[in-house]
Amino acid sequence: MIVEARGVTKRFGSRVAVDGLDLDVAPGVCFGLLGPNGAGKTTTLRMLYGVTNPTAGTIRVFGLNVHEHTRAVRRRLGVTLQENVFIEALSPVDNLRVFGRYHLLREPALGQRIEELIDFLELRSHADVPVQRLSGGFKRRLAIAQSLINQPELLILDEPTTGLDPAVRLALWARVRDLRAAGTTVLLTTHYMDEAQRLCDRVAIVANGRIIGEGVPKALIIEHLAPEAIEFDCTPEEEAALFDGIPTPRHRLRTGRRLIVYCEPASRLAQGLRQRDPDDRRGLVVRPTNLEDVYLRLTGSTLEGGA
Amino acid sequence: MTLSIPHALSVWRRNAAMYRRTWWLNILPNFFEPVLYLLSIGIGVGAYIQQMGGTSYAAFLAPGLVCVAAMNGASFEVTYNIFVRLTFEKQYDAMLTTPIQPDDVLAGEILWAVTRASIYGSCFFLVVAAWGLAPLPGALLVVPVIPLAGLLFAAIGVSFSLRVPTIEMFSFYFTLFLTPLFLFSDVFFPLQERLSGHWLWVAEALPLLHPVRLARAAFAGTLGLVALWDLTYMLLVSALLLAGAGRAVRRRLAS
Repeated sequence: MIVEARGVTKRFGSRVAVDGLDLDVAPGVCFGLLGPNGAGKTTTLRMLYGVTNPTAGTIRVFGLNVHEHTRAVRRRLGVTLQENVFIEALSPVDNLRVFGRYHLLREPALGQRIEELIDFLELRSHADVPVQRLSGGFKRRLAIAQSLINQPELLILDEPTTGLDPAVRLALWARVRDLRAAGTTVLLTTHYMDEAQRLCDRVAIVANGRIIGEGVPKALIIEHLAPEAIEFDCTPEEEAALFDGIPTPRHRLRTGRRLIVYCEPASRLAQGLRQRDPDDRRGLVVRPTNLEDVYLRLTGSTLEGGA
Repeated sequence: MTLSIPHALSVWRRNAAMYRRTWWLNILPNFFEPVLYLLSIGIGVGAYIQQMGGTSYAAFLAPGLVCVAAMNGASFEVTYNIFVRLTFEKQYDAMLTTPIQPDDVLAGEILWAVTRASIYGSCFFLVVAAWGLAPLPGALLVVPVIPLAGLLFAAIGVSFSLRVPTIEMFSFYFTLFLTPLFLFSDVFFPLQERLSGHWLWVAEALPLLHPVRLARAAFAGTLGLVALWDLTYMLLVSALLLAGAGRAVRRRLAS
């Protein structure tokens, strides 16, 4: 295992940020930690690279106890923090050089690595412009380039695409896939479920410092819900009448007037519902179930899991 | 404590890389401060003073202002700059994702503050020497005092910076701590002639007094036993404060 956490707990005073967390990240996978803000994701990451010490439990990265071998572990990993950290007056190339020196990289190897990263993250056009003049997407790519300067075996990305436009997100996802294909293990946090579903081989859903669901995205969907979802408008009063005579699916989610039911296969139920709404006033949609549904099922209180 | 010199130097080089681009924003204002004092007080007020401590008033001011230049150089670095890097820019959080440890951060920053103090102090010394206010080569003995003064005020300033919650607190540091030191540490008038009895002993606690007295002795060629006490004070206080700052920085950056 690249990352092996056992019974990890972190308390700040009386507040429990992480609560008995177990985590295994195998080599070469892209692993996603999903959860709302304040779920303990960032604290978990900080413990993995040894800047925060757990109150209880053990963490091994590359088989090494992080607490005892902090420098050795950090030599082999890279971290993209949630907020970009640059010297704004300096160019991307100069920023990368400064960061490379933190890893004690020297010329000419450092210069070569900077050139590779400038190409890999498509920074060439503004490589010598002060960072303060760069766009948000450009800065994020530079932040990722910084965390790759030491050719890490494990790349940790804390909310890599928050606040970025769709084109930049797609480009970053492509880079993450390239890295994984080249053998880098990736551990990322996100609260974008589409990001997790597109990028991650495995995900763990975190809430209140605990992992409440873990696995391959598709398997999680089947385990907790069903492969297909039917979404339509209906008030709670109409619901009973609508489902009269039709077997009610086990999992339903309601947000206001919108009802989502999960089933396999969806076609027969959808057909039945459409027959009762010939003018399609309910805006009925059939779609594949996604991680967002699972996430809501596991974290949300709006989901009514009928037994 | 786990200090790695190469990693500390990489922190130092970060600041050096930044300073190379922005030195004219940083160095000029602070550097001119003692120059302006020398002009205004030394030449202006000095015209009404026959002599002080056996020299012209401008020559009396010169050694003290060399130390003030060093004090300013270190102080700006370890107060506003460190606070901004710590809280707003999160520079240290980024460093701690690499093999750099909190002790390396502190050592690199202190070393950088000493560097900046040395640049300020020695530039000002060059001005003073070119002016003919420093008897050469004897006054060159002040050169090692400059980084030591920088170290002392880096240690004092960083101890403050690591413990204050907001950036506004630094105006207290400058107006209620550094300015009184500047005014009452033997720079403008000989403290010994104005204070008596136990007040002289109390004055020994003032940190700026010691580098100023050393610098004045170097300029006058009268380094004596009291210089040993001044050196001991500066090194001891620096060491004690830095040990405390080490604990504070570990608590602040890694918890």
